[in-house]
Amino acid sequence: MTVDQNYLRYPRRRPGYDHDLYAWSDMHRRPPIGWPGGKALAIWPCIVAEFFPLTPTDTPFRAPGHMQTAFPDYRHYTARDYGNRVGLYRLLDAFEKRGIKVSVAINVAVAERYPALLAAILNGGHEIVAHSTDMNGTIDGSVSADAEAAIISDTRARWASIGQAPAGWLSIARSQSFRTADLLLQHGFTWMADWPNDDLPYRFANGIINLPLNHELSDRQIINVTQASADSYCQQIDDAAAWLADERGRMLPLQLTPYIIALPYRIGAFEALLDRLVARGDCWFATGGAIIDAAQAASVTGL
Amino acid sequence: MLSGQLARMACLRHQMAMDDPDLYRYLPWRNRPKLVWPGGKPIAVWIAPNLEMYEIDPPAHPRRKSWSRPHPDVVAYSHRDYGNRVGHWRMADAMSEFGFPGSVSLSVALCQHHPQIVADAAARGWEFFSHGIYNTRYAYDMSADQERAIIRDSIDTVRAATGHDIRGWLAPALTHTVNTFDLIAEAGLDYTCDLYHTDQPTLIATPNGPLTAIPYSLEVNDHYGFFIYNMSPREYADALIRQYERLAQEGEAGGTVMCIPLHAYLIGQPHRIGPFREVLRHIAQDGRAWIARAGDIVDAYRAQVLE
Repeated sequence: MTVDQNYLRYPRRRPGYDHDLYAWSDMHRRPPIGWPGGKALAIWPCIVAEFFPLTPTDTPFRAPGHMQTAFPDYRHYTARDYGNRVGLYRLLDAFEKRGIKVSVAINVAVAERYPALLAAILNGGHEIVAHSTDMNGTIDGSVSADAEAAIISDTRARWASIGQAPAGWLSIARSQSFRTADLLLQHGFTWMADWPNDDLPYRFANGIINLPLNHELSDRQIINVTQASADSYCQQIDDAAAWLADERGRMLPLQLTPYIIALPYRIGAFEALLDRLVARGDCWFATGGAIIDAAQAASVTGL
Repeated sequence: MLSGQLARMACLRHQMAMDDPDLYRYLPWRNRPKLVWPGGKPIAVWIAPNLEMYEIDPPAHPRRKSWSRPHPDVVAYSHRDYGNRVGHWRMADAMSEFGFPGSVSLSVALCQHHPQIVADAAARGWEFFSHGIYNTRYAYDMSADQERAIIRDSIDTVRAATGHDIRGWLAPALTHTVNTFDLIAEAGLDYTCDLYHTDQPTLIATPNGPLTAIPYSLEVNDHYGFFIYNMSPREYADALIRQYERLAQEGEAGGTVMCIPLHAYLIGQPHRIGPFREVLRHIAQDGRAWIARAGDIVDAYRAQVLE
């Protein structure tokens, strides 16, 4: 048996991408961004706050970190809940002690279930980023248009009912369909963080801004997936910060999962990392929205 | 009677081919060829940047999926895309700084999609060999004529984009057929990066003349380092230095080859490029390495083993 002859045809072999979602651009040829205060590097801490229902629906897939054992998986349910009860406050304390405002990508179910947690985020002056409904609210290319629109509109409506209108969106596992960017725009989101293909924000063809939340630098990737220690994670972030600051005008995203990085035996290393990054003197810590505002003010190509 | 014997022999040959691809003869590392590289160097070092193009929504191949998630597989796709927007220039600048040319494993459709990257590589004096049309199109089950078509496409596309003739092949996403080596030799290519059996070049006999198998590497490929072995950036840098030190030492008894296969979406990440740059500094300053392109190594090898 040989492969179908159509397998050797390439109808979208052309200049640029084989899709029209966004345009190609060499980051190193864009005008450099001057961050506020003349800082070389913008650091974007983005804490995720997640509610894992005890029963995964797997529609269309099971989110990273979700339940793993037969029902009832009290082990993982409570270990994840630790993040919302304990870990997130450790992280907020660490940032607030150093005068840093952060983004929190939060399932709307977390905000509804734990008003004290939402109040702590808002009272600290931090930014809310929409992060779907709960950890069953996953999207991918196999989801129907109606089901996907329902997740996004439901998230929007539930935030509105508690008086919030987040501008940014993070999909669970950064997983989208070909429709997601359009649906987000239709539901009032001006930026998303799902496509980790750049070190700077850029605009999709439909107008929405993508603020890349590099998955390679997330605590989940480094500590859970590659099984590195907290010290190794911190070393890797130190190395990334040094390189990016040297290039100037770059962004370093820090995706932080409270039940991972904020465990008692890891948080100390992370606090020491924050102290080193602050002591560099060339880093501007900011929320996602503030970074986009600064990039737009600097008239970056495509923004 | 005679036809029965022939049938049995054909059967035996078929069984041998199913067990042993009969690519080369066994050759023990002890008493290996006393290769010496130009300048009397014991080790030839080459870098193989994979400049790849992945389709966001490729057609299905019955033997292998391109993406593990339904299309678009956003993280996996944009991870690769990072190499073509950000990582390439970090990797290339570090190589140029320490005098390492690239021998590019090229998804040749990159010449159409992002010619700026191909032009950058050509301007640095890098060599190109084909890694197929896209890294999302696989050669498994191709007829000889179909495989000839992707080889011809590769030669013509790279010549049109750079003016250079490719000499080598690394099968697209490492997908082969039993015809691959005969067909690339038939098309006039003279080296392959597809075989991992030794730390020296090897001659591979084909009906169309000998090919040289030049050592590429799975084990110190950044893809293995970061995706398979989950190394930290500094652990990977340390692995490269250990690989280099050992092969440089053993090269005194018969020249060795070390290849560093790279992917800009991996090595060009901000937490990895700094430690990697120190590896290049180490090798460049050590003095024992002949830093070369794949074609140069193939030429130096053939000059020593072929009359």
